[in-house]
Amino acid sequence: MRLTLMSLIVALCVALMPMSLRAETAASVVVANAAQIEKPSRQTIGPVIDALVATGDPMAAAVLQAWANKGLGQRKSDKAFFLIAPEGDGYRLTDLTGADAGTATKPDISELKPNAGVRGLIATALVQFTLSDPDPAKRAEALTSIARDPKAEHLAPLRAALEGETDPALKAQKARLEQLLTLRFDPDSAARVAAIGGFGADLGIDLRGALNPLLATTRIVVAGNAPAGANVARELSPGRDLPEAEAYDLLVAANLAPARLTLAAQKAALAANIVEGAVGGVALADLSDQTARDRAYTALEQAGTVPAAATSDEVAAAVAAHRYFDVYTEPDPAVTGAARTALDHIGLKQGAMEAVDLGLDALSLSAIYFLAAIGLAITFGVMRVINMAHGEFLTLGAYTGYVVQQWVPNYTASLLIALPLAFAVTFLAGVAIERLVIRHLYKRPLESLLATFGISIALQQLLKNIFGTQARPLTAPAWLDGALTFNDVVSISYIRIAIFVLAMVFLCFFLWLMKRTRLGLEVRAVQQNPTMAASMGINPDRINMLTFGLGSGIAGIAGVAIGLYAKVTSELGADYIVQSFMTVVVGGVGNIWGTLAGAGMIGGLQKVIEWMNPSNTLAAQTYMILFIILFIQFRPRGIIPIKGRAAGD
Amino acid sequence: MKQGILAKNPSVLIFLAILALFTIVVTFGSEAYGAGFVSTSFVKTLGKTLCLCLAALAMDLIWGYAGILSLGHMAFFALGGYLIGMWLMYARTEEIVVAAMAQDALPATAEEIRQGIATQIFGVVGSSDLPVIWHFAHSLPIQLALVVLVPGLLALAFGWLAFRARVTGVYLSILTQAMTLALALYLFQNDSGLRGNNGLSGLQNLPGLGDVGQDRLSIWFFWASALGLGLAYVALSGVVGGKFGSVIRAIRDDEARVRFLGYSVESYKLFVFTLTAVICAFAGVLYYPQAGIINPAELAPIASIYLAVWVAIGGRGRLYGAVIGAAFVSLMSSLFTGGRVPAIDLGILRIDWVDWWQVLLGVVFVLVTLFAPKGIGGLFDLVLHRRSPDRKGAPLGPEDSALREKEALE
Repeated sequence: MRLTLMSLIVALCVALMPMSLRAETAASVVVANAAQIEKPSRQTIGPVIDALVATGDPMAAAVLQAWANKGLGQRKSDKAFFLIAPEGDGYRLTDLTGADAGTATKPDISELKPNAGVRGLIATALVQFTLSDPDPAKRAEALTSIARDPKAEHLAPLRAALEGETDPALKAQKARLEQLLTLRFDPDSAARVAAIGGFGADLGIDLRGALNPLLATTRIVVAGNAPAGANVARELSPGRDLPEAEAYDLLVAANLAPARLTLAAQKAALAANIVEGAVGGVALADLSDQTARDRAYTALEQAGTVPAAATSDEVAAAVAAHRYFDVYTEPDPAVTGAARTALDHIGLKQGAMEAVDLGLDALSLSAIYFLAAIGLAITFGVMRVINMAHGEFLTLGAYTGYVVQQWVPNYTASLLIALPLAFAVTFLAGVAIERLVIRHLYKRPLESLLATFGISIALQQLLKNIFGTQARPLTAPAWLDGALTFNDVVSISYIRIAIFVLAMVFLCFFLWLMKRTRLGLEVRAVQQNPTMAASMGINPDRINMLTFGLGSGIAGIAGVAIGLYAKVTSELGADYIVQSFMTVVVGGVGNIWGTLAGAGMIGGLQKVIEWMNPSNTLAAQTYMILFIILFIQFRPRGIIPIKGRAAGD
Repeated sequence: MKQGILAKNPSVLIFLAILALFTIVVTFGSEAYGAGFVSTSFVKTLGKTLCLCLAALAMDLIWGYAGILSLGHMAFFALGGYLIGMWLMYARTEEIVVAAMAQDALPATAEEIRQGIATQIFGVVGSSDLPVIWHFAHSLPIQLALVVLVPGLLALAFGWLAFRARVTGVYLSILTQAMTLALALYLFQNDSGLRGNNGLSGLQNLPGLGDVGQDRLSIWFFWASALGLGLAYVALSGVVGGKFGSVIRAIRDDEARVRFLGYSVESYKLFVFTLTAVICAFAGVLYYPQAGIINPAELAPIASIYLAVWVAIGGRGRLYGAVIGAAFVSLMSSLFTGGRVPAIDLGILRIDWVDWWQVLLGVVFVLVTLFAPKGIGGLFDLVLHRRSPDRKGAPLGPEDSALREKEALE
């Protein structure tokens, strides 16, 4: 009796051994379940995979991975399992503890090829491994892949991996993902509603991506009341919410009504029934008229040669006899209600954030227009010369930046060199043009407009001949890459911030120059009354030259700034010239605040119109120009006009 | 009355004689009606040049005589082209569609033909509905009436707004430039109803004249262009030679004084602006069937500026100057950019005229503006010993657009 008991206990121990002791390594689990692994089936393999996962052996992940990817093989001679990698004519073998096991020829090894269902189970099991992989990069990668394509079966491994996470950033990410999965896949309605509520008015795109599928609807048509248990979003009444034609199409699709006769089908039916030059008693020549065709078809219908097709009043009756519902695919009304409320809150908050983002965009566009226009405003304000070559000065500045980058490889240093150099180059070009051309055309603004246009086409073609027609790179330093992101909606790139800062610097520089220096005083004197200024000992000729040079030089610097984010071609300037003119004209000449106001208005307006019609920036520009033409009606001298005698009229 | 015009402007007779002689030479040199030493494509180039001369005449009237530097008149030119192009394309497509549908068992209904045309024309911009603006495209008379009405009303509305607000000088120039840019950007959209940047094409094929070769068509259009230019020249000579001409010249030189004399300056300006817009539209009607294609790039601001360049190089304020300038510069442009002028090798630099023509044009234009404000027309003054008045360097009036001392004649 004792003996039997002892032997029983021993037998029991031996029987339990594989589960308690040997189950601690992946290799032992595989060996114990060799038959299952050799010919796995989706229904029965689950416990084996779970057992592998439960070992906690790092090799278990490798084995599962190999298994799913046809990298697990069995040696035919002794039925032993190995990780196999093709090498030459055969395989390199690695045994299940990770040790090298030599090589084998192809015929010696049979590859294990689990079917798609089994591979799916393995992949789900692997998620847990990668989610608790010691390498944080791997864990982050797993989270990204789950977020990209979330499935219900990810929820359990994710929850399991949540506890052991040490990295706080990853932990937060996991917790968020767990909530997102909960609200979509948790079987418990209350848990889902709680998860939705927990997010509040969060602006994350991932949250909207998770909430929107919950509110997906299908349109159904029924003869009586809505089917019981359907989570109805709303009922549609044909004619008001639903065009009659669409309603009828639904009926046809649901096999509740016969198809309507299309004109093409009618034509085909008539053509198929031509008898002795007539169809249904109507002569062929008369059939170039729709009513004659209808008559012929009715005759055919009565003769029974063609199937009856729904007529208009039949369609109307059929449409009226049914009810139409939008039904949520999600059956739980509590969840859809919570999701609807959450999305409404998000929509409201997002609207506000979009307004902020639009404001930032408008601000940065205004800064660009301001930079591009300030030089033009100076020359126009002081000398009454519209410089049509202004756009080419912008281009010249951008190309200067490009050339400097060819010599100085460090982007930061080259930018610091390019800015003053661009100023110098365009300053000299401006002074040369003023001395050679514009000086001779004072008091002739129209002629100087045309002459500077001549310079513009010559200069543009010259730059094209030198630099070619393809875009040249002007690369921003790395510290200007990327964007300042406040949340998923509001962000602004560093380059735009830099341009904004540059515009502000110029505004301050210009104010200082005009209000605090001798040169500014003289410029203002010449602007107001050149003759009187000359009799006070100011040389208007010199002032004009310097002003023109200054305006051109600033255009050069603006060109470098614009070149940093736009493509540098010989047409770069031409893209900005009309906007610059508009800025000056709208703002009013001779006043830096006017230029600022003009740039703000044009930039803001353009962004607002683009926002109202986002698919079409061309239309936005059209409407903006129309608006400006109308604006000029009411303020012909711009937002801030010059007053008094200096106005010249 | 006509005698009066000719007596006042002997240049009109000379101009008409030269134009007639030129037309005869080209006709007898053409491939269709003569020796064939003028190729069909060159006949087209010459015919197009005559149309540009017509547009330049209008530009001279508004800038040279009325002192309004419009930088948007090519918009009206292109609008005229679009309006005639709509009829050409519709009628031509209709022929094709009707021919294709004649193969069907049943005769086509009007609706089917319309649908077929719409699909043919607008398939390229992914649409199959005929836009509303094509409502009259089937009718040549209505479309021709629209050639007057659309650019005329646009010019009237724009001019009324601008002149009423006393927008003058460079402001007006920039505003007209903005107008043509706005129109161009609008037409660049695919849903503008005019096929976006594809524009209208195949305009060289006249509906109903499928069996007439391009060699004969090109000469017909050449004649039409010459006739249009001749008529416009005579008519505009009458306009600028009479009292009206004196008033608009006075507005150019001293607007305020004309206003104080009791003339309605704005009405005169508005009339000239609208009249020249319509002339430009008609020039476009003759031009684009010869060009064969029109797209929104034709409305780019640069096109209108070139119009001013032609008038300036020819000599503004004289009608023949505008014609000479337009003909000379546009023919030179096609010569130099055609790649047939040999390149100049300067050792370190090779002047390839296809690349350098624009540079030359720009520089020449600046030089003309600076040193020869009379342009090519000034050569006639040299020959005829006509001198400029001695005004001690002062222009004829205080306006920005007043003639300069060197531009004026005694």
